Amino acid sequence: MYRSHVMVCGGTGCTSSRSLEIIQRFEELIAANGLSDEVKVVRTGCFGLCERGPIVVIYPEGAFYARITPEDVDRIVSEHLLKGRVVKDLIYHENDDKPTNTSLNDIGFYKKQHRIALRNCGMIDPENIDEYIAYDGYKALGKCLTELTREEVIDIVKKSGLRGRGGAGFPTGMKWEFGYKSVSDQKYVVCNGDEGDPGAFMDRSVLEGDPHSVLEAMAIAGYAVGASQGYIYVRAEYPIAVKRLEIAIGQAREYGLLGKNIFGTDFSFDIEIRLGAGAFVCGEETALLTSIEGRRGEPRPRPPFPAVKGVFGKPTVLNNVETYANIPVIINKGYEWFSQMGTEKCKGTKVFALGGKIVNTGLVEVPMGTTVREIIYDIGGGIPNGKKFKAAQTGGPSGGCIPASCLDTPIDYESLIAIGSMMGSGGLIVMDEDNCMVDIAKFFLEFTADESCGKCTPCRVGTRRMLEILERITNGEGRDGDIEKLEQLAKNIKATALCGLGQTAPNPVLSTLRYFRDEYEAHIYEKRCPAGHCKKLARVTIDPEKCIGCSLCSKVCPVGAISGKVKSPFVIDQSKCIKCGACMEKCPRGAISKK
Amino acid sequence: MSLTNEQKEQNYAALNAFIEEHKNDRGPLMKIMQKAQDLFGYLSLETQTLIADALHVPVTEVYGVATFYAQFSLQPKGEHVLGVCTGTACYVKGSAAVLEEVERELNCKSGHTTEDGKFTIQATRCLGCCGLAPVMVIDEQVYGRLVPADVAGILDKYR
Ligand SMILES: Cc1cc2nc3c(=O)[nH]c(=O)nc-3n(C[C@H](O)[C@H](O)[C@H](O)COP(=O)(O)O)c2cc1C
Ligand code: FES
Repeated sequence: MYRSHVMVCGGTGCTSSRSLEIIQRFEELIAANGLSDEVKVVRTGCFGLCERGPIVVIYPEGAFYARITPEDVDRIVSEHLLKGRVVKDLIYHENDDKPTNTSLNDIGFYKKQHRIALRNCGMIDPENIDEYIAYDGYKALGKCLTELTREEVIDIVKKSGLRGRGGAGFPTGMKWEFGYKSVSDQKYVVCNGDEGDPGAFMDRSVLEGDPHSVLEAMAIAGYAVGASQGYIYVRAEYPIAVKRLEIAIGQAREYGLLGKNIFGTDFSFDIEIRLGAGAFVCGEETALLTSIEGRRGEPRPRPPFPAVKGVFGKPTVLNNVETYANIPVIINKGYEWFSQMGTEKCKGTKVFALGGKIVNTGLVEVPMGTTVREIIYDIGGGIPNGKKFKAAQTGGPSGGCIPASCLDTPIDYESLIAIGSMMGSGGLIVMDEDNCMVDIAKFFLEFTADESCGKCTPCRVGTRRMLEILERITNGEGRDGDIEKLEQLAKNIKATALCGLGQTAPNPVLSTLRYFRDEYEAHIYEKRCPAGHCKKLARVTIDPEKCIGCSLCSKVCPVGAISGKVKSPFVIDQSKCIKCGACMEKCPRGAISKK
Repeated sequence: MSLTNEQKEQNYAALNAFIEEHKNDRGPLMKIMQKAQDLFGYLSLETQTLIADALHVPVTEVYGVATFYAQFSLQPKGEHVLGVCTGTACYVKGSAAVLEEVERELNCKSGHTTEDGKFTIQATRCLGCCGLAPVMVIDEQVYGRLVPADVAGILDKYR
């Protein structure tokens, strides 16, 4: 028995800020102090509070250390581990004047969360199957294989009310039933780990922090529908996730939890990893299945649905990573327990990747029905630097923007669609008054125009036309009638595109038009960007009332656009100014503004 | 990344062995192309032809897959691969300005390699460290919470 466990985050975010060096330093110092038998260092998955990373949590105290550097480790070892005194100044502070928190459960960021899919992230070493097993791992698979019939498993999943977390929210139990009813000599189970939303990392964190939960759930799905082979399709850009999955699959095979005759039954199931290669459309299920076959990942019309005709032409049940991560808990704790959480139509929880202009960037998991406001303010800590909230974007390139007037919307699939956005896979990006909504719409259209696979014309050509209009507007060349053209194009693309990519591509434009039409109009008719973001439309000016003539601005200007006499107001030559904003940052009086 | 003849031969031997091992798997093409890209850094016409012949498929099929996916490159990459994240979280925090500064400093557009072959610039999607936004990655090293003024200093370490 160890008297202390030092949990260090080994997720992608914290690894980027040297968490591996931190682990190494802990191990060195623990050995040097002869504590190797008493203290164990564990490299875990993501704790969620990425903004404060790298994160170190020491149990049994649950002391939560944030923004640790390898240099800090010396003090933590000599004070905390040797003398039992928590190093107060390294502990996470919620804000600077409040008293220090010491334990995870006292932190506002975690209070309203309910971690089911993320239950083991930050708790266990994802590279060690024994730790997963110690947290009830593979118990659900054992129960299914030895106590439940295939029909009973499907029934539990159906009754739990679990719906697909990949975006569309299709009832998972029903999908499994379709797969079960398809007759074939061979069926497949597939996990969608493509995570195409360009600003999100939920699935990645589950794969990195708790890979076995996905493997176990896939085996359960295999048993329920009658498949003996599974594929996990992962983005190649996720090297840590791929490595942990490989290790996990290896260990599961070694323990007989994958392979022939699992738990001594006649059920056999194995899993292979397939790497994506950077194509957003491959997140769409039919494109993904084609890509698994090693071909150009172009989508095809449905029906036939994958449950009837999927990978290699055989019935295939395909679910998202987070969907799978919920399954073992549902089996272990029962559908009644799961369906207590959430709203009328949406049970359980949803993981969001909170990012953008928000204090606590990171991963959060909340019960369905939590309001956007609670997520942004109570958990996310609000908007930094005293700025004003403008919008929250969900659903990535297929979704839309939620304005301040809709902050009290309880989150579920239907309510988000009603306000012109969608759940998507769980990216939630916050924007403040400095973000231009026309520019954001352009950003997403750039993305979809680039990622359109080209198979159908409405998407290939239509998104490009929309993008051209948006570029024109943000460059100050917008014309009367552009808004109507955008609306017309949007309507046609939505109605005629082949797959979900094209059908949803106009959403970012439609939702910003719905709530921020005045910003479009200001760009087109007044040649003005209200957020001061669009460079071609912005003017940087010095307020002569505030300027003290210190000359700092003219020194920092990279193009020599600012001139004046010391101690009298300076002026900016608009024909030279490149609107970089360097002068604004230097000005000690805040006399320079961009509008 | 230019290879000596000896390295080339070794790589081809490794690729051939990999093909031998996997050519009877179901849907082997992408796997093999990914291996080839790992070994050579890009897919030359020579490599594509070799793969096509070994799998008895037309070269056009290999080429079609290579051009479909962003990860496959038909040109050799620079000595250092530099990615600026243009994921949503990084974008709203100003990654476009960081990318512009990189392009200006290196006098080279995103998606291209500098004339001296030192840097290939890419605009990437979410790197999974949105907490550090905006983010840039050079080879494996991640640089976070950037402002355009940081760029020159970071690039100097690699020039
Ligand atoms: C353009 C497009 C991209 C998609 N990207 C993803 C993705 O990255 N991850 C994902 O799980 N589902 C994605 N989906 C949804 C899948 O097609 C599919 O509905 C989902 O993976 C099914 O799993 P679920 O029922 O567990 O949600 C995407 C759909 C479309 C149309
Ligand atoms: S959006 Fe850049 S790291 Fe996530």
